[in-house]
Amino acid sequence: MSGSIIEVRGVTKAYGGVVANHNVSLQVEPGVITGLIGPNGSGKTTLFNSIVGHHPIDSGSILFEGREISRLTVQQIARLGMLRTFQQTRIFSKMDCIQNLLISISHRDHAWKEMFGRYSQNLTEKAEHLLEFVGLYSKRKLVAGSLSFGQQKLLEFAMALMNEPKVLLLDEPTAGINPTLINGLIDRLKRANKEFGITLFVIEHNMRVIMNLASQIYCMSHGELLASGSPSQIRDDQRVIDAYLGAH
Amino acid sequence: MTKRSLGLHLLLLAAGIAAPFLFPAHTVQFAVFWIFVLFALTWDTMGGQMGYNSLGNVVFFGFGMYVCAIVQIALVYNVGAYTASDGAIKIDFTNQQYFTGLALGVFLAAILPVILAAILSWILFGLRGPYFAIGTLGVAIAAAELTSAWSWVGGGAGIAMPVFPGGPGMRERFFYAACMIATILCYLFLRWLYSTRFSLAINAIRDDEDKAEALGVHTARYKMVAWSVSAFFLGIAGALFGNMTGFIEPLETAYPTLTFGIFMIAMTLLGGKGTLWGPIVGATLFYTLRELTWTYLLGWQYIALGVLIIVTVVYFQQGIMGWVRAQKPGWFGVHVDAEPAKALKTDSSS
Repeated sequence: MSGSIIEVRGVTKAYGGVVANHNVSLQVEPGVITGLIGPNGSGKTTLFNSIVGHHPIDSGSILFEGREISRLTVQQIARLGMLRTFQQTRIFSKMDCIQNLLISISHRDHAWKEMFGRYSQNLTEKAEHLLEFVGLYSKRKLVAGSLSFGQQKLLEFAMALMNEPKVLLLDEPTAGINPTLINGLIDRLKRANKEFGITLFVIEHNMRVIMNLASQIYCMSHGELLASGSPSQIRDDQRVIDAYLGAH
Repeated sequence: MTKRSLGLHLLLLAAGIAAPFLFPAHTVQFAVFWIFVLFALTWDTMGGQMGYNSLGNVVFFGFGMYVCAIVQIALVYNVGAYTASDGAIKIDFTNQQYFTGLALGVFLAAILPVILAAILSWILFGLRGPYFAIGTLGVAIAAAELTSAWSWVGGGAGIAMPVFPGGPGMRERFFYAACMIATILCYLFLRWLYSTRFSLAINAIRDDEDKAEALGVHTARYKMVAWSVSAFFLGIAGALFGNMTGFIEPLETAYPTLTFGIFMIAMTLLGGKGTLWGPIVGATLFYTLRELTWTYLLGWQYIALGVLIIVTVVYFQQGIMGWVRAQKPGWFGVHVDAEPAKALKTDSSS
């Protein structure tokens, strides 16, 4: 498994007496789209939070490009090139769209003096380009808080692309987006993967979306890993069907 | 800078220079006005631009004041003996001693509060929202009490500052000029600072600090620098104010949490936080109202100020500049393109 970009080994995380993740192990291969599904409360977001360093894990280990990251902070992991988006969309609501993108550039090698630098014309153009990519170019000078929920999701996606991460963890990218926009978003996710070469790891409840998007899917239930495989394998797996219908 | 904007700046500068000559009796009050503007500008860096409502910024003002006083005295006398004598020993500073002490004092009054801010930020920036506000308030009150209990620096009895050597009226003009220059430098510095990346980073911290962290922004660094900038200018203001007043003591002059500490917030909210000019407009209006109530409503002045604060907070949260911005968004570069968005390109990789 040395080829994996993210390797989760036996991760356990409990909140008080509630074991949200128990001995979870999975691998995300570079360059592809990996899905993570499971019923509500099965521990998907907890696993994401563990991977990006949002909270310490109780046991196990998490490797990013072969390097142990389970003791690093959110910021350190983000600077290594692993970024996440939030289930509840989070953007900088009082800044305009261009500013939202400019602050999202990678802070990987930021030295102290760069705090006081200015943004180059290239960066502004890149920001405009990405806003065009997600279809928000005409709103670039509006404060982000005035955008609709779906537009904010697109903006958050553009912010993640601006950062040029190696891996992007997306927590329910299509939740709350109107169905006609979903196809456009799927298309953009695929293009981000193919054209920008960003590895995607996606939590998704919409089965049509995830089956269409991912080449490898993991299914969680009650904090444990239940099944893994290609979309067709997952679709036909009786354990996955049982978990969703509450058979146990 | 446009011609119109340059003209406005020059006009205000001219008014600032002319004021003490036109109304020489009010020179000290005008100097206090400049300090109020500085208060509002530095508070807004934290509370407006970065969203960290500090109730304890006055700590740097008082600390700077005491640092400057001690340096000025220690260069010539034994500080303990000077403060213990309560003015009984004959205090004589030559011109050279006075100005050397003042220059060195102001310098250290700028530097040491920055170090204090760095230490405090390490301790207090783990707190957010109301917890940060209460934490900083605690620091301000503790600083006043600790100073009151420390007899080497005069304790609650305070310190009589070295006497300005110039002739009558010179002291006022000298410190008026110094306060005006300090405030203008503060304005120019912030104006530059808000034009750099720094401004976007602290705005991002204000809007959603968790998101900024998730993007890898060095949030702790930015917060520390923002507070240090405030501390730097507040320290200078404290040093100048102490010397202008001639007598300093902890509760009313150096760490007046209930007056200056609250004024800096009220002025910023009134003018509109998160803008460069909001604090300046707010300070001007607040200062004028304060002078008017002191003159015409003596005895009721704090009630009048209290009403002003309540009305601002309850009914006028966006402040004056915020209101203008909501009325005329185009002036601030907010607009939607009339033409439809360009079609998606296929070669979007860059």
